[in-house]
Amino acid sequence: MEFAVSQILSGISLGGQYALIAIGYTMVYGILRLINFAHGDVFMIAGVLMVYMSASMPLYISIPAMIIFTVLLGFLIERAAYKPLRSAPRMSVMISAIGVSYLLQNLALYITGGQPKTYPRIPWISKTITIFGARTHVVTVVTPFLVIALVLILTLLIDKTKIGIAMRAVSKDFETSQLMGVKINTVISVTFIIGSFLAAVGSVLYFTNYPTVVPMSGAMPGLKAFVAAVFGGIGSIPGAVIGAFIIGICETLIKGTDYAIFSDAFTFALLIIILVVKPTGIFGEKTTDKV
Amino acid sequence: MLNEKKGISRGAIITLMIVLVVCILTIVLENTINPNSLLFTVIRKAAVYSLVAVTMNLLNGFTGLFSLGQAGFMLLGAYTYAILTIPTDVRDSIYYLFGGAGFHFSTVSFFEGIIGDSGVAGFISMILGVLIAMLVGGIVAAIVAYLIGLPVLRLKSDYLAIATLGFAEILRAIFQWDKLGKVTNGANALRGYPTFADFNIKNAQGITVLRLSSFIPILFAGICILIIILLINSSYGRAFKAIRDDEVAAEAMGINLAKHKMMSFIISSFFAGVGGALFAMFASTVQAKTFTSAMTYEIFLIVVIGGIGSISGSCIASFLYIACSEWWLRFLDNTQYINGNQLPLFKNGFRMVVFSVVIMIIVLFFRTGMMGDKELSDLFNKKRRKKVKADE
Repeated sequence: MEFAVSQILSGISLGGQYALIAIGYTMVYGILRLINFAHGDVFMIAGVLMVYMSASMPLYISIPAMIIFTVLLGFLIERAAYKPLRSAPRMSVMISAIGVSYLLQNLALYITGGQPKTYPRIPWISKTITIFGARTHVVTVVTPFLVIALVLILTLLIDKTKIGIAMRAVSKDFETSQLMGVKINTVISVTFIIGSFLAAVGSVLYFTNYPTVVPMSGAMPGLKAFVAAVFGGIGSIPGAVIGAFIIGICETLIKGTDYAIFSDAFTFALLIIILVVKPTGIFGEKTTDKV
Repeated sequence: MLNEKKGISRGAIITLMIVLVVCILTIVLENTINPNSLLFTVIRKAAVYSLVAVTMNLLNGFTGLFSLGQAGFMLLGAYTYAILTIPTDVRDSIYYLFGGAGFHFSTVSFFEGIIGDSGVAGFISMILGVLIAMLVGGIVAAIVAYLIGLPVLRLKSDYLAIATLGFAEILRAIFQWDKLGKVTNGANALRGYPTFADFNIKNAQGITVLRLSSFIPILFAGICILIIILLINSSYGRAFKAIRDDEVAAEAMGINLAKHKMMSFIISSFFAGVGGALFAMFASTVQAKTFTSAMTYEIFLIVVIGGIGSISGSCIASFLYIACSEWWLRFLDNTQYINGNQLPLFKNGFRMVVFSVVIMIIVLFFRTGMMGDKELSDLFNKKRRKKVKADE
C-alpha cells in the first residue's frame, strides 16, 4: 500500500514536470508547426545554469536569475535559428532545431567538462514528509498544484489578453492573421518566452528529484514531453497536461516492476499506438489536407 | 550530347575514376605509412557512415519520407552480425554474465568446419561467414522495417519522424533487456567477431603482408551505394522522386503510394542494417547504448551538409564530417600556446562546440548543402556541355 501510494505520488509529480515541458512543445507546434527539438536541451541548460549560479549566489537570487537567463536563451534561439528560416520549407526549420539541440548539448559538455553535476538542494521543497505512510519530498506534493496553477494562469492569458487572442489567431491561420495586422514575430517570441519560462520552472522541480545534471539529461524528458503533447493532441494545452500526467504515472509504475528497462520504450509504444489509432491525439482538432 | 544517349555519361566515368583512385590510394597509403594513423580510422568510419547517410538520403531526399529510425536499423544489423559471427569457442566467455550463450551457431565456425580453419581456407571461410552474416543483418532489418512500416508509413512528415525515432528507442530497450541476455548479452558489449583488421592478409608466419583493413569498408560500402544508385536511376527511383515532389500528383499518375513508400523504407533499412554490420566491424564491440537518437541526428546532419537528394554529396559530407570531428579539429581540444601565453577557451570539448557552430552556419546560410540535389557526375557533365558550346 505504502509502495503503491509513493509510486503514484512520484508518478503524478513526474507527470507534472513533463507537463511543464510539454506546454512549450505544444505551443510552438501550434504556432510554427515545428517540433522544437531544442526544447529539451533548453530544459537541461536551465539545470546547468542553476548548478553554476547557486554556487556563487544565494537561492533567492539564483532561481529568478536562472529563469531570466533561460527565457533569454529561448528567445535568442528563436531569433537566431528559426526566424531566418520563416519562409523556408518546414524540414529546414526542423533541421535547424536539431542543429541547435546538438549545439546546446556540446556547449553543456564543454562547460561541465563531461562531469555529472550535482543539483543544489533547495531547502523547502526537498524536505522529506510522510503522506499515507509513504515518505516523499515536498516537491512531489507541490508539483501538481503548481502545474495546475500555472496552466490556469496560462489559459487565462490565452483566453483573455490581446496577445493570447493573437496567438490563437496565428495558430489558426498564419498568413491571414499577418494580413490582419498581427505582429507575428512578437507572437512567436512570446510563445518561446512562455515555453522557456515553464521549462525553467520544470527544471527546478525535476532536478530536485533527480539531482544530477549531464549534457544528455534533457534529451529523454524532452522527447517524452513531446510524446505527451502528441498524445494529448498537439496544439492543445490541456491535452498536453493530461498526456504528460498519464505518461509520468505509467512510466513510474513500470519502473517499479521487473520491466523497468521498458519504461522509456513504453512511452514510444504509446506514441505509436495513438498515432495509428487517432493521429490528432485526444483533444486534437481534425485537419484536412487541401490539394 | 551523344554521350548521354549511350547510357553511361562522361561525368559518371570521371566519378568512377575518382572512386577508383581513392581506393588505390587507400591501399597504397595503408601499406606505406603508419597504419595506426588517424587517417585510416577516419576512412573506415566515414565509409560506413557514407553508406548509412546514403540510405537515409534515399528515404529523406529521394522519397520524401522524413524518417529518423536509422540508428535502430543499424542496431539490428550490428547485433545480427555480431551474434552470427562470434566463433563458437569464445562465445561462452563473452556471455559469461548470463551463464553462457543461448545461441551456438556461428557462420564463421560453420564454414571453418567445411572448408578448414587455417591459412587460406580459414581466410575464405571468415569472408564467407562475414558476408552471410552481413546479408542476414540486412534482411533482419528489412523484415523489421516491413513490420514497422505497416502502421507507421501512413503518417505524414514530422509525425513519421517522431514515430520512427520512437521505434528505434523501443528496439534499443529490447536489446538491453536482461531476459534476452542469452542472445543479446543484455546491456553488455558483444565482441570477438571478425573486424576490419581481420581482412589484413598475413603470411604463414603471422606477419601482415598486405593491409586491406581500410579498403574493405570502402569496397563494401561502395558496392551497396552503387546498388542504391542503380535503384534510384531505375523506374522505381523515378517513382520515388515523383512521390517526394508531389504525393497527390504521383498518385494521380498511377503510382501506388503505399507500395513504393514501403519499398523505399525496406530497401533503405536493409542497407542501414548492412551499414550497422559494417559499423560493428569498425567499432569491434557492439553495445545497444551506442545506437541512440543522437547517432541518427549525426547521420541526418551529414545528409543535410551534403545536400538532401544527392548521393555523392552524402558521401563527401560524411568524409568531411568524420575527418573534422575525429581528426582535423582535434587541436581545439588541447591547450594551445602563442608566444608562451596560454590561449583561453581551448580545452576538452571545445572541438565539438566549434563544430556544431559550423553546422549551424551551414544549416542557416547554406541550406541546400554542398551539392544541393546535384551529383558529382552532373558537375562534370555541365563543364563538358559548356565546352561543347564554346567550341561551337
